[in-house]
Amino acid sequence: MLIFTAAVLSMPIWLDPIGANYPDLLQKFAIFGIFAIGYNILFGLTGYLSFGHAVFLGVGSYTAVWSFKLLTMNVIPAMFFSILMAGIIAAGIGYVSLRRSGIYFSILTLAFAQMFYNLAYSVLMPITNGETGLQLTMHDPRVIDVAFSREVPEGLPSTDFFGISMNGYSGFYFCAVMLILAFFIYLKIFRSPFGMKLKGIKSNQKRMKYIGSDTRPYLITAFVISGMFAGLAGSLMAVTDPLAGAERMQWTASGEVILMTILGGVGTVYGPLLGVGIIKYLENIFSSINESVLNNFFSFMPQWGESLLTSLTMPFVGEGWHLTLGLLFMLIVIFLPGGVMEGLQRIKDSIMNKKNIEESEATAKESSDG
Amino acid sequence: MAETVLRIENVNKSFGGLLALNDINLEIERGKVHAIIGPNGAGKSTLLNVCVGLLAPDTGEVTFNGGEKIIGKKPHQINQIGLTRVFQTPEIFPDLSLLENVMLPALSKRDGSYKMSIFKSLSDEEEIENEAIGALETIGMLDRKDTIASSLSRGDKRRLELAMCLVQKPELLLLDEPTAGMARHDTNQTIELLKQIKEGGMTKIIIEHDMHVVFSVADKISVLARGAIIATGTPDEIKANPLVREAYLGGAEL
Ligand SMILES: Nc1ncnc2c1ncn2[C@@H]1O[C@H](COP(=O)(O)OP(=O)(O)OP(=O)(O)O)[C@@H](O)[C@H]1O
Ligand SMILES: [Mg+2]
Repeated sequence: MLIFTAAVLSMPIWLDPIGANYPDLLQKFAIFGIFAIGYNILFGLTGYLSFGHAVFLGVGSYTAVWSFKLLTMNVIPAMFFSILMAGIIAAGIGYVSLRRSGIYFSILTLAFAQMFYNLAYSVLMPITNGETGLQLTMHDPRVIDVAFSREVPEGLPSTDFFGISMNGYSGFYFCAVMLILAFFIYLKIFRSPFGMKLKGIKSNQKRMKYIGSDTRPYLITAFVISGMFAGLAGSLMAVTDPLAGAERMQWTASGEVILMTILGGVGTVYGPLLGVGIIKYLENIFSSINESVLNNFFSFMPQWGESLLTSLTMPFVGEGWHLTLGLLFMLIVIFLPGGVMEGLQRIKDSIMNKKNIEESEATAKESSDG
Repeated sequence: MAETVLRIENVNKSFGGLLALNDINLEIERGKVHAIIGPNGAGKSTLLNVCVGLLAPDTGEVTFNGGEKIIGKKPHQINQIGLTRVFQTPEIFPDLSLLENVMLPALSKRDGSYKMSIFKSLSDEEEIENEAIGALETIGMLDRKDTIASSLSRGDKRRLELAMCLVQKPELLLLDEPTAGMARHDTNQTIELLKQIKEGGMTKIIIEHDMHVVFSVADKISVLARGAIIATGTPDEIKANPLVREAYLGGAEL
């Protein structure tokens, strides 16, 4: 845990060599990290594959922005209400969806996600502000800030944590601390009797019932907890950029967290975080590449080769980065179904084996010498 | 007169036109091993399924410990009042280690049907772990406690499932063919195990095809044929019963 804390807080230093140490990207790592570990509590431990977790991300963001508008720019109430709202909505969706398991559960969650997405553009317009997205304005009431007569800056205020503005690195450090707290809870759950029962449900739900556990409330609890993690992630998105749009709730956002979890290693402790790191980093690189960058990159080639390679690789970068992601995902699922964590495990095993063989050879030699 | 643990009264169950259980009446006495034998398709598994809440009978009542109604309760509730079951095809946790397989039933027994123990650490559950280790020792698999259960042989899976049930110290243990599909050597090992746990005084209902197993462990035997109980008695009485030989053994000597 200490190592984890140190690793997260020192990210700006050790990510420097690969050019990933600017606050914007680091924040994304931390926020999606929370989203993914929360998702892993449900998917990794119970095996229930939800396609609707983006709803909680969206709910978290909207709630946070409303808290900024109505109450105060302080981030603590915003996060509190986001987690609460996400939890309540997760309880509702979970209660219904968990009546089914397997593919039917997945489809039910997907249906809920699409429903919320569409509602955001129609009935819920007054809350979500439709396509424009929910934004801060100059004449927001902000009753608590007014009551404490905090000085009003020129222009739109920025979010703060008791006076520390959530811009740049302070924004990242705040998200990092939240990630560490979330990870601590996540680790506790993994190593608790509760977590073990969830693993039991994943492995054999029938047996779980016949040894006396009522599996439904366990599943609902896991669903709500993972929804709350997503709510926290959503509110942090609003903390670092106080704007909420419905695209955050689209099913592709749920798909992304599934990709991250599987890529890193479902059900492993660190896998989802690795998945987040890899995907967000590659996204950052690939989507920023454009034609001129490619031309530059291939400029060592003769003119025809340069344009050929450029046109060949063009579909995989920029807007087309999802194509690359898809390919990467296919490779992982086919060759490393346990994700990157499985790959690391294999490498570790082969090294250990080598060591063992060497050691046993050495001892054999010694004994024959003696 | 011995105390009755489980009372089955006028239970009927039909699947479509097939009468799988035909007016079953049975009393299981405390501390006894009660075997149910009968040809394939006689309704033995169906009877156990009714007792653990997996199947609802069409009519009839099953009561536990002098009054507690079983019918209508959910499987986890039936387990919590003290009935545990071994299935005809072993139901274990294939992805978990042997130790975890046996710890889970112990945890579940202690925690009841639901407990949100998120902030407890598994490593503090020494008592549960010791119980689990004890159960693994009984079946002789303690040395493999960190093995993943899916890699076990069929016979070992069955014994593991037995340990998972034993660790809960149920008042009534129901076993559906604990030796089916086992090699002779495996069967003998399981018989030894069954004899050993018999001394603990736990009440058991055991379904078994292998007469060798039945006559080594049973105190009482009921014979089921085409959904009806045609005889109940001590092993000697059953051996001597001409009706039983006719229906079940085709007249052969036992
Ligand atoms: N779910 C079900 N639906 C329809 N018929 C069933 C069902 N379960 C059992 N039966 C039928 O009921 C009868 C009794 O089945 P049961 O499994 O209880 O027999 P059994 O005595 O356990 O046999 P075996 O020794 O083969 O395990 C059989 O004819 C079987 O085909
Ligand atoms: Mg059967």
